[in-house]
Amino acid sequence: MSTAAAIAYPVSRFLVPPDSGEASTNSVVAGKSAALKPNSAVIVPFGSKPAIVIRTAEGNLKAFNAVCTHLECTVQYKPDTSQIWCACHSGLYDLGGNVVSGPPPRSLESFAVNLRGEPGAEDIVVSRT
Amino acid sequence: MVQQIVDWLDERIDLSGLKHFVAEKGVPVHAQEIWYYLGGLTLFLFAVQVFTGILLLLYYRPGATDAYESVQFIVTRVPFGWLIRNIHSWSANLLVAAALAHFFSVFLLKSYRKPRELTWVSGILLLFLMLAFGFSGYLLPWNELSFFATKVGTGIAGSVPLVGHFLLRLLRGGDDVTGATLSRFFGLHVAILPAITTALVAVHLLLVQRQGMSVPLRVESQLKAGEPVRQMPFFPDYILRDVLAWYIALAVLAALAAFYPWELGRKADPFAAVPAGIRPEWYFLAMFHTLKLIPSHVMGLEGERLGVLAFGVIAMFLIVVPFLDRRSNEGRRSPIYTSLAVAGLLYLVVFTILAYTAK
Repeated sequence: MSTAAAIAYPVSRFLVPPDSGEASTNSVVAGKSAALKPNSAVIVPFGSKPAIVIRTAEGNLKAFNAVCTHLECTVQYKPDTSQIWCACHSGLYDLGGNVVSGPPPRSLESFAVNLRGEPGAEDIVVSRT
Repeated sequence: MVQQIVDWLDERIDLSGLKHFVAEKGVPVHAQEIWYYLGGLTLFLFAVQVFTGILLLLYYRPGATDAYESVQFIVTRVPFGWLIRNIHSWSANLLVAAALAHFFSVFLLKSYRKPRELTWVSGILLLFLMLAFGFSGYLLPWNELSFFATKVGTGIAGSVPLVGHFLLRLLRGGDDVTGATLSRFFGLHVAILPAITTALVAVHLLLVQRQGMSVPLRVESQLKAGEPVRQMPFFPDYILRDVLAWYIALAVLAALAAFYPWELGRKADPFAAVPAGIRPEWYFLAMFHTLKLIPSHVMGLEGERLGVLAFGVIAMFLIVVPFLDRRSNEGRRSPIYTSLAVAGLLYLVVFTILAYTAK
C-alpha cells in the first residue's frame, strides 16, 4: 500500500503541469489605428490569449477577450450584422460583448482601448480594465 | 513442412489443448449470424491502424513548429506517404463505424446478458478508447480544424463539475491548447491508449473464446428445449468468411484512400478566428450539435455543464446495462432496452444529419 502511494503521488503530481501564474500581460499594442478600417476587426495576441479589436461602423474602437465563454473557440466580427460571432456553436455577442443568442453563458471580457502616439500615426493600445 | 513445425512445437510445449480448441470450436448458424463478423472487422481495422500508425511514426515529428510540416512532408515527399496517411485516416473512421455497428448489434441482440456482462463492459470501454484514439489523433497534424476541435473537446472536459479545471489542465498540459497539448496527445495516442487497448482487447477476446458466441434469445430457447442448432466449424469455415470480410474492408479502404485523399488543411494558428462551418469528426457531430442547441442556462445550471453531465450519465449507463436489464438476464424479451437502443441510434443519426445541414 505504502509502495503504491510512494509511486502514485509523484506520478500524479508530475502529470499536472505547474501553474504559470496570472498572465503578466496587461497591455498590448494592436497595430496602427489608421490600418483598422470602419466596420472591421483584427485579432491580436494578448499574452497567450487572443484579443479582438473592432472599429465599429461609426468609427469607435472596442476590444474584448476573443475567447468565447462557451467552449473557448476564438470569436470573429461579423460586419454584415455588426455582431461578434463564434463559429463553433453559433454564439452571438453584441458590440458591448453581451450575449445575444446561442449557448455562451457569460459576456466577453471587455478591454480598454486607447490611442497613443503622434496624430495620424497613433497606435491602438489594448489594456485590461 | 507446417506439420513438421507443429510436431516440433508439440514435442516441446504440448499443443494438445490448442489442437482440441481448434478442432472443437464452432459458431452457431442462425438468421442473425451476420452480426458476428463486426467484431472481427473492428479488430482487423484496429490492426490496420497499428500497422500504418507505426509507419507514420517513422516520419512524424510532434511539436507545434514541426508537426504540420512533417505530415506535409509525409504526404508530398515520402514515397507512398499519401497512401499510408490516407489509409490511417480512413481506417480510423471505418474503425469507429464498425465499433459502433458492433455495439448496436450486441445491444439489440442483448448479447450482454448473463454470463457475458464482463465481455460487454470490456467492449464498451474499448468503444470509448476508440473515440479517445480518434480525438487524440485528430490533433496530431496540428491544423486549424484539429486545433479548435481540441479546444472545444478539452473545454468540454473542463466543464465537468468539481474536477473540470484539473482535467482541462491535465489534458492540455497547461491552460491553453499549445505544443504541450500536442506532446501529451501524441504520448496518449501512440503509447498510453495502445497499451490499455491491447490489454483490453486480450481480455475481450479471451472472454469471447471462453464463453463462445452468444445466440439470440429465440435460438437460446430452442437450445433449452433440446432442439439442435446448426454449428459451423470456426476453423476453417468461419475464419475464411472473416478473412473475406477483411479483404472487402481492405478494398474499400484502398479505394477511399486513392480517390478521396484526407485533407491536411491549414496550419493551426492560435490567434486566428475559428473558420466558419467548423465541425468535428462525424462521430462527435451528434454531441457537437446537442451542445449547440442547449441554451446557455437551464434551471440555473450552465448549459454546457448540463450537457457534459448528461453525456457522462449516458456513458455510465452504457457500462452497467447488463446489470440493469433483468428481463434479458432471465432469458425474456426486454422491449424497454430495445427501445432505448433504437432511441440512441435514432438520436445519433438525426443529430448527425442536423449538424451536417445546420448553417
